[in-house]
Amino acid sequence: MVENRPWLAFFTHVVLLIGIAVIALPIWITFVAATHDEIRMTQVPLPLLPGDQFWANLKATLFGRGLSGTETAPVWRMLFNSLVMAMAIALGKIAISLLSAFAIVYFRFPFRMGFFWMIFITLMLPVEVRILPTFEVVAQLGMLNSYAGLTIPLIASATATFMFRQVFLTIPDEMLESARIDGAGPMRFFFDILLPLSRTNIAALFVILFIYGWNQYLWPLLITTDQDMTTIVMSIKQMLEAAEQSPQWNIIMMTALLAMLPPVLVVIFMQKLFVKGLTETEK
Amino acid sequence: MLKRVHFPASALPYLLVAPQVAITLVFFIWPASQALWQSMLIEDAFGLSTEFVWFENFQALFEDDQYLGSFRRTAFFSLAVAFLSMSFSLVLAGFADRVIRGATTYRTLLIWPYAIAPVLAGALWVFMFNPTLGIVAYGLELLGYEWNHQLRGGQAMALVIMAASWKQVAYNFLFYLAAMQAIPRSVIEAAAIDGAGPIRRFRTIVFPLVSPTTFFLLVINLVYAFFDTFGIIHAVTQGGPANATTILVYKVYNDGFVGLDLGGSAAQSVILMVLVIALTVVQFRFIERKVEY
Repeated sequence: MVENRPWLAFFTHVVLLIGIAVIALPIWITFVAATHDEIRMTQVPLPLLPGDQFWANLKATLFGRGLSGTETAPVWRMLFNSLVMAMAIALGKIAISLLSAFAIVYFRFPFRMGFFWMIFITLMLPVEVRILPTFEVVAQLGMLNSYAGLTIPLIASATATFMFRQVFLTIPDEMLESARIDGAGPMRFFFDILLPLSRTNIAALFVILFIYGWNQYLWPLLITTDQDMTTIVMSIKQMLEAAEQSPQWNIIMMTALLAMLPPVLVVIFMQKLFVKGLTETEK
Repeated sequence: MLKRVHFPASALPYLLVAPQVAITLVFFIWPASQALWQSMLIEDAFGLSTEFVWFENFQALFEDDQYLGSFRRTAFFSLAVAFLSMSFSLVLAGFADRVIRGATTYRTLLIWPYAIAPVLAGALWVFMFNPTLGIVAYGLELLGYEWNHQLRGGQAMALVIMAASWKQVAYNFLFYLAAMQAIPRSVIEAAAIDGAGPIRRFRTIVFPLVSPTTFFLLVINLVYAFFDTFGIIHAVTQGGPANATTILVYKVYNDGFVGLDLGGSAAQSVILMVLVIALTVVQFRFIERKVEY
């Protein structure tokens, strides 16, 4: 700090703490709702301090029938589906982007720039703007209600390809020269030199893409009709609808907590990688 | 772009780009061209015959008061979200930048909402503002303000704006804080020696120096509000009451999947594509300019 003004330092911390409180309030309310029983959650005013039903609600949510009166898959199954989807999207995007960035940077071949621009165009076509025709394609390929349908259409990634291209361009040419002198072929060079050198970038990207995959909503909403294929993030909406008839806010909010926990933990515990990934993919 | 040294041409590079290019062709380019084609077709009510009508669907859209209303609402919604979340984060980042010890702790406590899915953010806010049960709605009622976003369009709009901005604060804060920490301390110190107080330094030095970040974040926030807030709208209001929160992305979904108006939905898709392309071009031009500095 430039000058010493104790009152200003105090004021700074006060403002920051108020900011944190505003940001954390919705989560606190959710957490409190998940620690009370069903009856308490229908009495106005709702509690502001946690109750003692946390474990009971957790058990009921994870292994119970979910909301009474609705036909949904068990929550553990939805968590599993979300995990499969998030992992497949993150790893798939990283794998195919690494390969195409490698081809575009290290080979000269006809239509190289054509492919590059084709990948670039995907940046301009988010799912939201081509909902119906993409749905039709997936339906015709028979990929509705399958993990393949949930993940493969989302795997193409211009940002990841750009990022790896950027990383590869910073790797000195001497690496390639010496590898070739030692007799390494292209794939050997890729696996033994490029992959280890871009390890932290891959990890940073994985954090961002895992969150992206876990939080997908519109796409699974369109292509899954089978209860066994629903993801945890989707289920919240169905529960909110069911809440119109029989509000079981303790279960709904516990499910919401479970749905946000994995990506939030990833952000908190891998904060360095997360920040790196966020700033690198956007530029 | 290309390495000076590279591997000799062979079939290998084609194999390497094949997966990405195949997915792009099947799931991006083909559907997008389908949308373009369908946007110029009109199908009869039973789906038996289609007629090629050039730009009639677009013409119909721009004469449709509901669509124009949705356009205005989207503009208002996006600008409100961008302004609210950016100004909130700018102030917080400005204060966090002053903290010497504990800045990273504050950062940790402020960035995690980024990881929460939009539909979950919507669920949390709709729970807090539930007209019969919600804790905030209850508090407002004690103050003599009646809250019911299920009946009042203005309140519904306010609610989705708050939920959408809340989720985006994390992202904006992160970028503002990084930009402020990159400002050389000597500049700030020189101003302090010349007698500029903290507020004046923020106004005349920090804010102008982070303006590239402000512009970058404005584009990112607009894109976010346009396309990533579908989950929030779907969970909180379903576009209601009386279309008060039907933004463009929600309308494409609703007209296409619920209303089954193929031509109209495709035409809306095409208009959205044009918007994304425009925003992407702005974003990339800006980044190029920044590289030159």
